[in-house]
Amino acid sequence: MFKPIAGSAGEAGVTLTLDGLPVRATPGESVAAVLLRHAPYRARTSTLSGEPRAPYCLMGVCFDCLVEIDGDASVQSCLVTVREGMTVARQDGRRRAR
Amino acid sequence: MSGPADLAVIGAGPAGMRAAAVARAAGLDVVVIDEQPAPGGQIWRAVEARAAGPAGRVLGGAYRAGRAAVAAFRAAGCDYRPETQLWAIEPQEAGFRLFLKAGGRAFSLPARQVLLATGAQERPTPFPGWTLPGVMTVGAGQILLKTSAAVPDRPVWIAGSGPLVLLYMVQVLAGGGRVAGWLDTAPGGRLWQNRRALAAGAASAQGLAMLAKGAAWQARLWRAGVRRLPVARLLAAEGAGRLERLSVERADGQRERFDAQLLMVHEGVIPAVHIPLSLGCALDWDAAGQYYRPRLDPWGETSVPGLFVAGDGARILGAEAAAITGERAARRIVARARGDDPGRPEPDRRLARLMALRPFLDAAYAPSPGALTPPDETVICRCEEITAGQIRAVARAGGPVGPNQLKALTRCGMGPCQGRQCGPLVTNLLAMAQGRPHAEVGLQRIRPPLKPVTLGELAALDGDP
Repeated sequence: MFKPIAGSAGEAGVTLTLDGLPVRATPGESVAAVLLRHAPYRARTSTLSGEPRAPYCLMGVCFDCLVEIDGDASVQSCLVTVREGMTVARQDGRRRAR
Repeated sequence: MSGPADLAVIGAGPAGMRAAAVARAAGLDVVVIDEQPAPGGQIWRAVEARAAGPAGRVLGGAYRAGRAAVAAFRAAGCDYRPETQLWAIEPQEAGFRLFLKAGGRAFSLPARQVLLATGAQERPTPFPGWTLPGVMTVGAGQILLKTSAAVPDRPVWIAGSGPLVLLYMVQVLAGGGRVAGWLDTAPGGRLWQNRRALAAGAASAQGLAMLAKGAAWQARLWRAGVRRLPVARLLAAEGAGRLERLSVERADGQRERFDAQLLMVHEGVIPAVHIPLSLGCALDWDAAGQYYRPRLDPWGETSVPGLFVAGDGARILGAEAAAITGERAARRIVARARGDDPGRPEPDRRLARLMALRPFLDAAYAPSPGALTPPDETVICRCEEITAGQIRAVARAGGPVGPNQLKALTRCGMGPCQGRQCGPLVTNLLAMAQGRPHAEVGLQRIRPPLKPVTLGELAALDGDP
């Protein structure tokens, strides 16, 4: 749902894995921003109704951007900067005990 | 650093950076805690990385000006901890103990005095379907401009009112994006109704400059053909799994429906009071701004001795005022550290001029009636999916049910955000349903942890890292 500002494409990127697929990210941006560029543009489904939720505030207030990052579940993706090789997984419903 | 820090600053935005630099220059040991990877707060987010490039041009001079403040902060030599989250503060004999987490570990730091400079958050704007992917805040759009140098890749609908709305639309156009339309929720005639405040606001160079800037933005949008539609309220965001259509009630009462894939909303900003609330600081209801703010003395000290608030977290006045109130609090903190009595702060003419603008801005950009009266089916607590109708039913069931009883009865406020997003909405609904003043209703109690902490992180907790 977002694209680079006119004149700013071509920045050396970072590659991370989103639900098993490699995706490119801009250095310094948040994982939430990456989620907003890849359909279905959501982070998770609600633990109650199962409805899809996407990053909403991008500043740590709404907690709708929760995803699993490098094995840690329910991380606020808007507060995590992308890093080469990072593994991101969208969450469905409730957490399962491991 | 051995022993407690003289000052811990939470938040590296305009207020926190200035306060830290002032305190450090006076010889105090200062630790600065911030969630972001780089200083700047929200207004100057990613400014070091972005100011010189295309994003900096799009974002404008007020954004690029943050570079100097960030450079001064870095040069000050504070113990700066980025990507660190605060999850508890406990008052202790020599001041406070801060509980933090960073890099997968929890740790604690003692500090004699604490300054909270965590800024503002968007005023929540609920309407049916606002939880759909494709609906975001204008603030989020600006954050993407700054951290990702990105603009919407499809026409974006903007709904709301306030300076940020105009600014962001101008920035989207400058960045090569398209605006589908502006759904202006400010009630018509508002400027005339508030003409006295308007006249007072315009009676200063700052006021005129602000009005001129707003007018220039509106002119640019008009020239670019951006459609402005006065609306009374957003009726619903609809779609299968994401936003596909948007329906509104126009100011003239007619309904209209649009295809929409991206909608950004904004009805002003309010102080983020989560941390002072968790520490039992007295809060006051600001009727003009329609928000709670911490009760502060002229230096910025809260009702908890040694705990200060500065910047937009104290009162919405913007970045320039944030630096002034940050400096003011730092001077009081330095005086106390030295055992001096600082008396009263000297009047600051810049601050006085900025405050003189507030009545106009508060009146001109008050939350729209539509934002304050969500229909029953509207989700209010996004985390637990509690609707306005459920809240109203409990509110009217008898007795002055407050936010805490409501939480116990409905789970409203028990989800991950712990009431950050829904708190102001709950207070509003209770006040209106029960005919009680906001000041009486209050907000729900907040208990640590302020941020989620895992057992693994806690297992590492053991004094200084």
